[in-house]
Amino acid sequence: MAPGPLQIGKKMLELKNIQTSYGNIQALKNVSLHINIGEIITLIGGNGAGKSSTLMTVSGIIPSQAGKVLFKGQEIQNLKADQIVAMGICQVPEGRHIFPDLSVRENLDMGAFLRRDRAGIKTDLEYVYSLFPILAQRRSQSGGTLSGGEQQMLALSRALMARPELLLLDEPSMGLAPLIIRQIFEIIKKINQEQNATIFLVEQNAHQALHIADRGYVIENGMITLTDTAQNLLNNDEVQKAYLGI
Amino acid sequence: MDYFVELLFSGLTRGAIYALIALGYTMVYGIIGLINFAHGEIYMIGAFTSFVVATVLSIYGFPLLAIVVLAGVCAAIWSSAYGYTIEKLAYKPLRHAPRLSPLISAIGMSIFLQNYVLLAQTSDFLPFPELIPDFAFMEPYAHIVGSSDLVILVTTAVLMVALTILIKFTRIGKAMRATAQDRTMAMLVGINVDRIISVTFIIGSGLAAVGGLLVASHIGQINFYIGFLAGIKAFTAAVLGGIGSIPGAVIGSLILGLTESFATGYISSDYEDVFAFSLLVLILIFKPSGILGKAETKKV
Repeated sequence: MAPGPLQIGKKMLELKNIQTSYGNIQALKNVSLHINIGEIITLIGGNGAGKSSTLMTVSGIIPSQAGKVLFKGQEIQNLKADQIVAMGICQVPEGRHIFPDLSVRENLDMGAFLRRDRAGIKTDLEYVYSLFPILAQRRSQSGGTLSGGEQQMLALSRALMARPELLLLDEPSMGLAPLIIRQIFEIIKKINQEQNATIFLVEQNAHQALHIADRGYVIENGMITLTDTAQNLLNNDEVQKAYLGI
Repeated sequence: MDYFVELLFSGLTRGAIYALIALGYTMVYGIIGLINFAHGEIYMIGAFTSFVVATVLSIYGFPLLAIVVLAGVCAAIWSSAYGYTIEKLAYKPLRHAPRLSPLISAIGMSIFLQNYVLLAQTSDFLPFPELIPDFAFMEPYAHIVGSSDLVILVTTAVLMVALTILIKFTRIGKAMRATAQDRTMAMLVGINVDRIISVTFIIGSGLAAVGGLLVASHIGQINFYIGFLAGIKAFTAAVLGGIGSIPGAVIGSLILGLTESFATGYISSDYEDVFAFSLLVLILIFKPSGILGKAETKKV
């Protein structure tokens, strides 16, 4: 579904005053942000700032203590993880989390776990194989034997197999060679355009992330401290000092 | 030579029974990392359920085959209901607690179920009806392998093949494997992990119940305590084969059964358990992860 003229500018996801904690440690103190339909937005911040916690809260893996998560206007903060996936929100978690003893093909099948439309699944399988031909070659190899770059391709493809409306990506560049990072970011941009997936990208690699994003948020100590268009953030002095190493 | 073959078959039969129980231990461990100490009691409840069903049906004069099948099915369903309920009551609330808590809870469940059957059925051994007749075609081999051994071996083999197909090729089987390998990721692809855990308990309990029926009819008597030793032995077999591994549980069970059988046959039946547990100690010293188990490595 292409975002029609009526949908552009409408909110796909909105977080309102989200608070989340692990035991006694409050990971998210007060996070509010939104993503419009069709956008790529990025959340940048240092280690332990609350980036992954934000995504895990959206996905329903860790419960939020307070606040609301709205997906296309509907409250989802009390839904279970599998219900959230069923609504069209898919996450590629940090560290890729490939099922190590499942084959590449089985990993992709798991991505389409909730789908019943065989024809659509087949089309999407061909699509991800065309994005990453190496996965087609390695389809019967077990996931754990792939290289880091291949695993990231598989993780991304597995998420695409769910045909998500909103794709949450947690540090897709982590631990990868620069050439592969560039390839992955190009593909993310492509997915946004070709599959009409709205993308919520969490990154430490702020430079790359801001280059493909429309807007960005900066998170520090569990709070959003700055938000602007990606271009303005790239030119922002503080962001340059803290995250771009300029 | 006949004696050797006889011991071989009796070992395989024991092994088959251990395997039916050990699978429940290993599958539950694979999915939630818990040693379900109440699993032996599930097996015992399976034996009692089939006792009740078989007794009632034989009063009404059902044919033997119908009795065996119905008793097996009822035992599997009833034990599965127990397995399902135990998980929901005693383990699920402790899913995020430290690892020791559900373990203690499991031991508590085991003691509770033993005493509950003790109160309901007394501690006397009940004579279990002989459900498996001596087949005519087995007559020439009867001195080597009994008819009930044959039934146990064939039933177990059929169930193993069915389980393998389920785990390898079906949607739910793939989801079980995915959940065992990475639970958070399984949730992130939309698998209802709670349901997968329940299914695992149900399948494991059903297999143990069939084991209960087969052993009870083979040995001819049951009481509330039979689940304890059978459970410990099957657990040993699962550890031997590598806990968490399904083929490992089967291999470990067969090795344990054969060891016991040969030790009993050639040395002394007094040392049956000594050999079983010595084998466990040796495996744990030289290959702590078991025969097919994976050494636990944490990748960072």
